[in-house]
Amino acid sequence: MQRRFLLRWLSLVGGVALTLGTLPARAADEAPDALIGRLTKDALDTIQADKAIQAGDVDRIIELMDQKVMPYVNFQRMTSSAVGPAWRKATPEQRARLESEFKKLLVRTYSGAMSQAKNLTFSIKPMRAAPEDKEVIVRTLIKGRGDPVQLDYRLEKTAGEGAGWKIYNLNVLGVWLVDTYRSQFSQEINAKGLDGLIATLTERNKANAAAGAAKPAKG
Amino acid sequence: MKKKNIVQGFNRITRRLCAGAAVLSLTACAAAPGGHPRDPLESFNRGVYGFNDALDRAVIKPVATTYRDVMPSPVRTGVTNFFANLQDAWSAVNNALQLKGEAAGNSLVRFGVNSVFGLAGVLDLATEMGIERHTRDFGHTLGYWGVGPGPYLVLPLLGPSTVRDTVALPVDDQGNPLSRADVPSRNAATALKLVNTRAQLLQASEMLGQVALDPYTFTRDAYLQSRRNAVYDGNPPDEEVIPAPGDKADQ
Repeated sequence: MQRRFLLRWLSLVGGVALTLGTLPARAADEAPDALIGRLTKDALDTIQADKAIQAGDVDRIIELMDQKVMPYVNFQRMTSSAVGPAWRKATPEQRARLESEFKKLLVRTYSGAMSQAKNLTFSIKPMRAAPEDKEVIVRTLIKGRGDPVQLDYRLEKTAGEGAGWKIYNLNVLGVWLVDTYRSQFSQEINAKGLDGLIATLTERNKANAAAGAAKPAKG
Repeated sequence: MKKKNIVQGFNRITRRLCAGAAVLSLTACAAAPGGHPRDPLESFNRGVYGFNDALDRAVIKPVATTYRDVMPSPVRTGVTNFFANLQDAWSAVNNALQLKGEAAGNSLVRFGVNSVFGLAGVLDLATEMGIERHTRDFGHTLGYWGVGPGPYLVLPLLGPSTVRDTVALPVDDQGNPLSRADVPSRNAATALKLVNTRAQLLQASEMLGQVALDPYTFTRDAYLQSRRNAVYDGNPPDEEVIPAPGDKADQ
């Protein structure tokens, strides 16, 4: 009895969450550069106002990313292209684990950078894209003290009408993130197989979390 | 004491390497199968990388950490600005060689303003005036005129490079006004620059240890990409198209 109730409740909550999740994307015809502009502004404003993030609180940053950024990221595509050909042979469980561990690792990359973000402004370079393009690059410059930081995004138009754009690769200072992991992943897969890669990623994330808990990053 | 010797030897090492690089690139044609296509010298590079890393742990990083902790931040900023100002002069030349008029002009004005009004470059007034920096070295210039980067190369002390960028180093060296100073002050300046740069990278290198599965590979792939990006002024043509996840085969 109780169990059935629980299941129904879960599916209801799930349904609501799903609807909410798709709501922002419904604001459909937002151009990719407008989307990036909105996300960047939102992120910078939040960081500006949030003492915990400035102090390098990784959990808070992960929360922020999940809330504000992840709905606009095709993380499956990022993971699969970093993993390469081995992705095709991966089981659904393996894929899910790869995705979640890779995500943790990347968020870690950002938490360090974000905690240093103070008094930043940004600009978006004029985008060159045809209206029928399914994949575009949006280029931005983040300015603070020192030299401006080049931050570019690759976005894809998601299938279906009015589903909006999703990020599938990110370029920091001229370095595409997914590409930078590709050789490392294939090295690991060649040596220890797909499960070996998953194990390595899991281990690394655990070690990072332990180190972060023992010694909070300085701002 | 030891460190000084290392720094003294460092110019000589790079010069020799330039000569050696051409030979190496020939002998390296028999690359290990399954290796990175841009890194036929991987085993040699990993050796040098290991040497650099050991040296860094033993000497450079501890010195840089102390330097960061002891020197007040404005002093460190001043040191950074001073060296960046010298680089601006050389960037002006390289931007001119790449027929980039505006960038060359900006670099020249930056150098002029900061040298004259900014206490020989210690203060970066030009940035506050909104004059953009366009850092370019001779490796970029060679790349601009179509010289490919060649194999990846890790240099002792200097770290990631390519054969092209290594060949360009002696020219960059000539473009550095400090190379005309007497030997003791030149060595002192080189050591200070090294320590100051390392101090700036303390946080980044800690992060590299956290996010890289293999720091050697991560550094290589990031370096090659970022150099390519700079040669194309932040707008390189696509090398390859990243496929959507599994295309039709999946899902």
